[in-house]
Amino acid sequence: MTVLGNLALWTAFLVGGWGALAGLVGGLRARPDLQQSARHAVFAMCGALLVAVFSLEVALFRHDFNVEYVAAYTSRNLPIFYTWSALYAGQKGSLLFWATVLSVFGSLALALTPRRQRELLPYVAGVVSLVAAFFLSVMLFGGANPFQRLPYTPLDGSGLNPQLQNPGMVFHPPMLYLGYISITIPFAFAMAALLSKRLDTDWLVAIRKWTLLSWLFLSIGICLGMWWAYVELGWGGYWAWDPVENASLLPWLTMTAFLHSVMIQEKRGMLKKWNLALIIGSWLLSIFGTFITRSGVISSVHSFTQSNVGYFFLFFLLVAGTASFTLYATRLPLLAADTRLESMVSREASFLFNNLLFVGIAFSVLWGTLFPILSELVQGTKVTVGPPFFNQVNIPLGLALLGLTGIGPLIAWRRASLPNLQRQFAVPVTAGVFTVLVLLLAGMRDGYVLVAIGLGGFVAATIVQEFARGTNARHRQYGEPYPLALGRLIARNRRRYGGYIVHTGIVMLFVAFSGMAFKTETEATLRPGESVSLRSPYGSTYTFTHLGISQYDALNRLVTAAAVEVRRDGKRIGMLNPEKRQHVDSFGRPTFQPSTEPSIMSLLREDLYGVLGGVVNGTEQAVFRFTINPLVWWVWYGGVIVALGGLVVMWPGGGGSPAARRSQAGYAVRLVGEK
Amino acid sequence: MKPVSRLDGWAVSATVTRRGFLAAGLGLLTVYPPNRLTAQSPDSLPGTGPSGRLWDPSRAGRPLPPVTARDNDAAIQAIEKQIHCTCGCNLDVYTCRTTDFTCAISPAMHRDVLALAAQGKTGQEIIDAFVRQHGVAILMAPPKRGFNLAGYFVPSLLILVAGAILGLVLRRWSRVAAAAPATPAPGVAASREELERLRRELDRLSF
Repeated sequence: MTVLGNLALWTAFLVGGWGALAGLVGGLRARPDLQQSARHAVFAMCGALLVAVFSLEVALFRHDFNVEYVAAYTSRNLPIFYTWSALYAGQKGSLLFWATVLSVFGSLALALTPRRQRELLPYVAGVVSLVAAFFLSVMLFGGANPFQRLPYTPLDGSGLNPQLQNPGMVFHPPMLYLGYISITIPFAFAMAALLSKRLDTDWLVAIRKWTLLSWLFLSIGICLGMWWAYVELGWGGYWAWDPVENASLLPWLTMTAFLHSVMIQEKRGMLKKWNLALIIGSWLLSIFGTFITRSGVISSVHSFTQSNVGYFFLFFLLVAGTASFTLYATRLPLLAADTRLESMVSREASFLFNNLLFVGIAFSVLWGTLFPILSELVQGTKVTVGPPFFNQVNIPLGLALLGLTGIGPLIAWRRASLPNLQRQFAVPVTAGVFTVLVLLLAGMRDGYVLVAIGLGGFVAATIVQEFARGTNARHRQYGEPYPLALGRLIARNRRRYGGYIVHTGIVMLFVAFSGMAFKTETEATLRPGESVSLRSPYGSTYTFTHLGISQYDALNRLVTAAAVEVRRDGKRIGMLNPEKRQHVDSFGRPTFQPSTEPSIMSLLREDLYGVLGGVVNGTEQAVFRFTINPLVWWVWYGGVIVALGGLVVMWPGGGGSPAARRSQAGYAVRLVGEK
Repeated sequence: MKPVSRLDGWAVSATVTRRGFLAAGLGLLTVYPPNRLTAQSPDSLPGTGPSGRLWDPSRAGRPLPPVTARDNDAAIQAIEKQIHCTCGCNLDVYTCRTTDFTCAISPAMHRDVLALAAQGKTGQEIIDAFVRQHGVAILMAPPKRGFNLAGYFVPSLLILVAGAILGLVLRRWSRVAAAAPATPAPGVAASREELERLRRELDRLSF
């Protein structure tokens, strides 16, 4: 299978190289034969890469330990689920996964793009082929070939890192990769628009759904990553501002900025330069993330093994960044705005400030991530930039952004009048102030938490008001019952109301994040029968009673599990069963250091998080850490709501022209110049 | 009636008298004393007796010392949350020692913190002692002096400057727009107020 895999890699590389050349030359010289050839090259490259993936999966499932990658990341007793995911568990396999998914997305983009945008497609094929060929070159020439064989055949493999043996890790990396990789498609369309000088709104229409798709994958990937860190790593949190975590957040921030500012370009013909810069920047940040993860230039618990692959990415990043922005600079005269902003108090202006904050937060995260390197260059000392730094810099910016999430939808396009503002803001502002007063009366004194939850109340009221007004309007106009009116309101304007659903999820996330300010924890050494108590921020007292420890064998691990009874104010509410796991290969030999498996009881108000640190003198007397994490449930469901909102926005159909929408709403009018 | 017992999901049916069952049990006890019957010594009852020995303690990772009151001291934890563990984990000492139970460095650093605290040093003095020994990289956040100030304030300053420039540009644009004469669309028989009202309503309906 490695022969087939290597053959497939070389075929894909050569075809990809040809596709890049044919696409770019065919587009610039208007040669239909080359354009067609570039299109076919992307399909052929996709086929070859799928064969390579199939070959690697066969090697993984056959336990062909003569293949270095198979021996390094699997063992005979690794569950099938994780044997499959070993495809992207290591550096080499994940590069193959990257190139393959890119070629699949590229093929889909070429196949699904409407006829009127066909002029852009040769360039799209060229850019996709070029990027995929780069990844293939890293595999073939950068010592990252997943089909590399060993001079001997081990009896069993090393197995997968225990921390990766978690359902979250099966879905989190591919989702994140899908997000990173699919940004290449909007980037390819942006490059196509610049190269072809077709800088009307057509390219925007072509990429909006791709950008949304990419944003959705990244959002889901980031949330799954947070969930994995929380349930697997055992430190009781979900975000540590680790460089690799930051790398995933950077393109998400710039893409979110784009998804807002693109509305201004569509509606008013403004911000063309800005939107193109955001797309190019997002793609470069995704490559930067790949560089950070694989170079070892910044230490991170999540990164792959340090290798010279990082230099390839740094080189690619510099060349691609220079080429893209040079091309962008030459086309600036063609990117003049059609109209200008009419008022400071307009939705356009609020979106511009929203973009400023998104990009500002992205810069601040990038600055903090790179600051250890800058510091070493300037001062000769590498400083540590941990959560205290990031929280100090980013929390105020995040709160300002949350405020704008509520303000934006309340301000009319073009120009808002004072009576209009009063009518729009009265209820949300009252709700926000009321929330803060209730919290103050309840004894809350943490400034950031007061602001976060107060703004949450304001934004939530904004969203409710928007839904209520729209539903009422339909109810009055068509006599529809309220539930039907609500359903049709969302279905007929998925982009707007899907966006509000996303905002609802964001509010949930912010409120949940503020809950971590009240995290309570204790360490305890308990003999069977002994208890420790912890008081929750809500006033309840939780009692954790150690009942005993059991030891048993599982498929690929030896488990030591504690049984801990949990009582709330004296009433039994369940058990926690934290574990220590010693993973072994099929011969029973230990493969990794013993790992810790936390046990979590997730309640609506708070999570109870138990960790078994170890035992004292080989007895059942055990060291535990118990943590009460308020509002964590809301993080996961906030993430789900964000994803659902994204799906509503993306769902095809349901829109129609603005004139059609107005007509549905009873306005038999058409604006001058509107089709 | 046949007594039915359930063992590991298998229904086992047998006719056994109570006296016979007791006799068999006693006989078994003489052949296999309780400590041979169980894989581990008997569990202590809640709140009583010594804890039993594990069947295979090596499976449970590195043996740990019992937690003391000092380990849970909020002041000690606050200090440790400002000190970076040097094992390469990117975590602070407190989080690392209570999470990565294979790490030998964070427990050692914790012992150093306890020792310095026992000498009567304040939190800041303990942190300063660590900085003297390991350099500023030992801190979870760089101290606010010299070039590090750029780390803290450059992003916020840039955002403020960009925000001010954006505000000025928007103000200029909006003034230009306000100065331009409003031209009603040809053939529209509506007053300026009516057109403005229509525009507001249309804006509400479109996104």
